[in-house]
Amino acid sequence: MAGEGFYRAMLRRQLALSLRRPVQLFNALLFFALVIVLFPLGLGPSPETLGEFAPGILWIVALLANMLGVETLFRSDFEDGSVDQLLLAPQPLYFSVMPYLLTQWLLAGVLLALVSPLFGLMLGLPVGAMGALAASLLLGSGVMSVLGAIGAALTVGLRRGGMLIALLVTPFYMPVLIFGSGAVQAAVTGVDSSPYLALLAAMLCLAVALGPLAIAAALRISVDS
Amino acid sequence: MYFDSVAAVLAMDGHGPYVWAAYGITLLVLAQLLLWPARRLKRLRRELRGEVRRREAVKTNSVETS
Amino acid sequence: MYFPGPSFERSETPSIIAAAMWTFFHKLGSPPWLYTISGQILRWLLPAALLALVVGMCWGLLFTAPDFRQGNSYRIIYIHVPAAVVALGGYYIMAIAGAISLIWKMKMADIAMLAAAPVGAALTFIALVTGSIWGKPTWGTWWVWDARITSMLILLFLYLGVMALYEAYDNKVAASRACAVLALVGTVNIPIIYKSVDWWYSLHQPASIKFTGGSTIDPSMLYPLLLCIVAFYALFACALMANMRVTILDRERRTGWVRRLVEES
Repeated sequence: MAGEGFYRAMLRRQLALSLRRPVQLFNALLFFALVIVLFPLGLGPSPETLGEFAPGILWIVALLANMLGVETLFRSDFEDGSVDQLLLAPQPLYFSVMPYLLTQWLLAGVLLALVSPLFGLMLGLPVGAMGALAASLLLGSGVMSVLGAIGAALTVGLRRGGMLIALLVTPFYMPVLIFGSGAVQAAVTGVDSSPYLALLAAMLCLAVALGPLAIAAALRISVDS
Repeated sequence: MYFDSVAAVLAMDGHGPYVWAAYGITLLVLAQLLLWPARRLKRLRRELRGEVRRREAVKTNSVETS
Repeated sequence: MYFPGPSFERSETPSIIAAAMWTFFHKLGSPPWLYTISGQILRWLLPAALLALVVGMCWGLLFTAPDFRQGNSYRIIYIHVPAAVVALGGYYIMAIAGAISLIWKMKMADIAMLAAAPVGAALTFIALVTGSIWGKPTWGTWWVWDARITSMLILLFLYLGVMALYEAYDNKVAASRACAVLALVGTVNIPIIYKSVDWWYSLHQPASIKFTGGSTIDPSMLYPLLLCIVAFYALFACALMANMRVTILDRERRTGWVRRLVEES
C-alpha cells in the first residue's frame, strides 16, 4: 500500500522534529516536577495529607502538563504551510493527523507515565499504586492528547490562543481526570483498578476513532480563515 | 391557595428569603435575556435608518449640484 | 428572494411531501422570510410564554403543598429544574444547528447556533444560582459539589467556551464553523461528562447529604413543574429568535430587503 510509506515518513518526520530539541521534552517533565513541588509547599509537608491527595495531585499536574504541551502541536507546521500541504495531499486528513497525535502521545504521555512513579514516591503514594498510576497515565494521556489536539487545531490560526485552548479543552478533560485519579485511588485503597483502566481504554478508542474527524475539520477551518 | 395570608406567603416558614431570592434572580436574568436583543434591534434599526437618510441626502445633493 | 441549496429540477422528482419539506427548508435558509415569520411568531409566542411562566410560577409558589421533608424551600424546583432541563436541551439545539450549518452550509443555521449560546449560558447560570440558593436551607451550605450541580457548572464552561471561541476569531464565517465543530465535540462529550461526574459523586458522596434518588413526585407538584418547563422552552425559543433577528438584520444590512424594511418603518 502506497499510503503506508507516507504515514511512516510523516511519523519519522514528527519524531525527528521533536527529538531535534530534546531540551523541550525535558521542559515538560521539569514543569511536572516543579508543579509537584508546589503542593507540599502549599499543603504542608505532612506525608499523610500528601499521600491522601497524591492521586489527585499527580493527575491534575499531568493534565496541565499535557495541556501546555499540546498547544504548540500544529503551530509551527501551520505557520510554515505544511498543514496546507497536508490538506492538498491525496491522503485523507483523518489519517494524516494520526502521526501528530502519536508523536505527542509518545513523547509527552508515555514519558510522563514512565517517570510518574518517581514523583508518586515523593508524594508518599503507596508502592502498590504505582502500576495503576503509570497505566492510567498511559491510557489517559492518549485521550488528552486527542482532545487537546482538537483545541489546538481550532485555535492554531489565532494570535492569542494560549488561554483560549485551556478554556475549550479543560471541560473535556474532566472525565479523564475522574477515571484516571479514580484508578489510582482504587489501587491505594486496595480495590481492583482495572474497571477504571478499562473505561479509560474505552475512552481512548472513542477519542482515536472520532477525534481526528474533529481535528481535520478544525484544521480546514483554521487554514481557510 | 395553600397559604393563609400574604405574610405567610412572604415568610414561607422561614424559607422565604431563599425562595424569593431565587425567583427574583431568575426573573431578572430572564428579563435581561429578552430585553437585550430588543435593545440591540432598536439600536440597529436606528443606525440603519440613519444610513438610509444619509444616502438619500447625498443623492439629492448630487442631483442639485449637477 | 433567493433559495440556496440544490434545486428541484436536479433531484429525482421527489414526492409531494418531500417537495414541501424542501420548500420549507429553502425558506428557512432565506433571511427575509425568516425575519418576517419570526417576527410574527414572536408576537404571539412571547405573550403565551410569559403567561405560562406566570401561571406556572404562581401555581408552584402559592397553590401546591410543601414537601414533607424540605418544607417550602422545595418551591425553587419550579425554576431550577426547568432552567436546567432547557439549558441542557439548548446545548443540543445549538449543536444540531451547528451540524446543519457545517453540512449544508446554511447561513441561518449558524445564526441560530450563535444565538443559542448566550441564552443557554444564561439558563445554566439560573440553574446554578437557584441550585446554590436551594442548597442553603436544604444542606446548610451555599455550594455542594453535588453531581448535578457540578455537571451544570461544566455545562456553563462549555457554553462560555463556544462564546469565547467565537469572539477570538476575526473572520466571523470561520468563527461560526469553528464553534459548530466545538459544539459537536461537546455533544459527544456531554453524556460522558454527565455519567463520569455521576459516578465520581456516588463514589465520594458524603453520607450527610444523601438524596434519595428516583423518589416519585406527586402529580399535584408535577403539573406546575411541567408547565414551567414548557414556559422555559418557549422563552428559550423567543430569546433565540430575538437574537437571530438582530444578527440577520446586521448581516444583511447591505441588501435591498433590509433597506426597504427600514424605509417602510
